[in-house]
Amino acid sequence: MPELATVEVLRYRPEREAAPSWETFEVPFERNWMVLDALNYIKDELDGSLSYRWACRMGVCGSCGMMINGEPTLTCATYLESVLPGPVRVEPLRGFPVIRDLVGDLGQFLHKLRAVKPWLIRDQGEQPDREHLQTPEQLADYKQYSMCINCLLCYAACPINELEPGFVGPAAIALAQRYNLDSRDQGARERLEVLASQDGVWCCTFVGECSEVCPKNVDPAGAIQRYKVTATVDAFRRLLPWSSR
Amino acid sequence: MVEPLNPAHTRHHPRWHRRRMPIFWWLRKWRYFRFIARELTSVLVAYAVLLLLAEVLAVARGPDAHAAFRAWLARPPVLVAHAVVLLGLLFHTVTWLNLAPRALVVRLGRRRIPPRAVLVAHYAAWIVVSALLVLLIGRT
Repeated sequence: MPELATVEVLRYRPEREAAPSWETFEVPFERNWMVLDALNYIKDELDGSLSYRWACRMGVCGSCGMMINGEPTLTCATYLESVLPGPVRVEPLRGFPVIRDLVGDLGQFLHKLRAVKPWLIRDQGEQPDREHLQTPEQLADYKQYSMCINCLLCYAACPINELEPGFVGPAAIALAQRYNLDSRDQGARERLEVLASQDGVWCCTFVGECSEVCPKNVDPAGAIQRYKVTATVDAFRRLLPWSSR
Repeated sequence: MVEPLNPAHTRHHPRWHRRRMPIFWWLRKWRYFRFIARELTSVLVAYAVLLLLAEVLAVARGPDAHAAFRAWLARPPVLVAHAVVLLGLLFHTVTWLNLAPRALVVRLGRRRIPPRAVLVAHYAAWIVVSALLVLLIGRT
């Protein structure tokens, strides 16, 4: 194995340059290093102005997602060794405006996430006298979708997210399904308006790449297709004369 | 303060860089290409449906019309074109059926039927319907 690893980082410093450009760094190769360790080495030892997000170092916080050699990946969960021989190319996640270096703007995503109301909704005026019980089978219905860490790798993998910026997107829809499929939730109808809209599930053409890159096996593509079935059944139900709506 | 090197930069109105989606984005990865191929081959599915309807129409018009239609089908350029159509159809069908278990969650009572069983059921239905069509067309 080499003693040095070459890391190419797509830099963007708006006060210095009008468009991003590649900068090459040589970092020492350590067998137990993740790509994030290499970035930390660059920041600590070579160029303190390098900007990127990270926090937990163990694939839980979802902050350090970047494009490594063109693939959306968690840099804290990718061994440097696994992407060698280099050069290892690190870019900000695709589909997000770049603020600086490897930092993208997540404002649009947070707006979309809020729109699908990712929290338990109960009918108003309810005065429960005890907690809402749930069986293991009921938990299994949505547990997979609750594993999402909002790392946004799925958005970076989704070509529709880049082509249709209004698309609610994989993680937000998977999280909406996490609550829709929860036996304690009563908010499915409130979420329907956003999810079944033109910018909702019908934007998705089932490329399926979101599920391929998901580090938590959430399968957002599956969540979206399942919701298409739900929305279609709901639309037909509403046509029935005895339907309440 | 250091003078900015980018004259377009204004300190309190940062310019975020927005990358454009290249027109050939679907050549970036095999999986993107497979997706585009799946979508485009749906045109061939529509063609196959029209072809089947055309044959039904020819049967309805009588033996002469049907014989003429079959003679057209047997022409070498048509045969070659239809061989390509068949490949496209098979690609579309297999890639489409493989996705079915992701969209369909089938329950039997409280238990969820395993995705693999849903997949097998789709392939079985495909084979049965195809066999029925072959029988139907073979008898005419």
